[in-house]
Amino acid sequence: MSEAKKAFLDGVRAEFPLLVGVFPFGMIYGALALNAGLSALASQMMSSIMLAGSAQFVTVQLVSDAAPALVIILTIAVVNLRHMLYSASLAPHLKSISLKWKVLLSYLLTDEAYAPSILKYEEKGVTPVSHWFLLGAGFSLWFTWQVSTALGIFLGAKIPEEWPLDFALPLTFIAMVMPALKNRPMVAAAVSAGLVALLAHGLPFQLGLILAALTGIVVGTVLEGKK
Amino acid sequence: MNIWLIMLIGGLITFGMRFSLIFLFGKFEIPQTMRRALHYVPPAVLSAIIFPKLLYFGNQIDLSLGNTRLLAGIVAILVAWFFKNTLLTIIAGMIALFVLQLL
Repeated sequence: MSEAKKAFLDGVRAEFPLLVGVFPFGMIYGALALNAGLSALASQMMSSIMLAGSAQFVTVQLVSDAAPALVIILTIAVVNLRHMLYSASLAPHLKSISLKWKVLLSYLLTDEAYAPSILKYEEKGVTPVSHWFLLGAGFSLWFTWQVSTALGIFLGAKIPEEWPLDFALPLTFIAMVMPALKNRPMVAAAVSAGLVALLAHGLPFQLGLILAALTGIVVGTVLEGKK
Repeated sequence: MNIWLIMLIGGLITFGMRFSLIFLFGKFEIPQTMRRALHYVPPAVLSAIIFPKLLYFGNQIDLSLGNTRLLAGIVAILVAWFFKNTLLTIIAGMIALFVLQLL
């Protein structure tokens, strides 16, 4: 097996537990979009054009509330602001790939593709084929999102509510983040970000998440500088 | 404005933000302080996602033993800490949640 193919499959494998949580989420999105009055085609296409779970939910909500288009677009921008952090964070690891690859991987850069990829890069460093890992993670997420959206549109959200499949997402993130907490600044960054996220949870548009992430980044960087 | 135009502009903005710094930092050198700061993005973002999912029960923070997700999350954190194994962590957390919900 070629190195590239191996990296791709590693990415798919790392993504797998996250897909368990994404699947019902996609079905719920599909069912909601249809309910909000979007056509089946528009509901499905939003999943491929935007490929952003929380922004899609908010968009559907605002469309059914008949919010003005400008408000919807601004909301999408704010909800997705965190992707700039992901972009910055991955940038040093994707420096040497071609523009075509950068465009493709940027399109696929969701929360769920970002998490396993950045931790892999931080731990193992960059190799000539490491971008295939992000492609594997991003593509399997993309594929699952399209299929689960379609199922939600055509079947409705048929997963029993008492199945806590959404819990797979925080569990997977716990499994990913724990090995990265190797020193005091890392732990302080994680804990401070978590606490701010709790306090700022009431803020709309995922602003609490951005505020929390920025706090963690500053705390970690300052503590590292003091060493 | 119709839904297709909203989707298209929304999609372009989303792509633009994802592409922005991957593109820019390919052209320019990343400042040293920023490079250091970027190492803290993964732990900061991931815990900012994890904490509320474990501690919020409904619309408020719940630190009681009735918060099954918090307890199952602590089990997962301990398993991740000791075994450093992704699959084992997820399975342990899921089983803990199932069992706690039955109690």
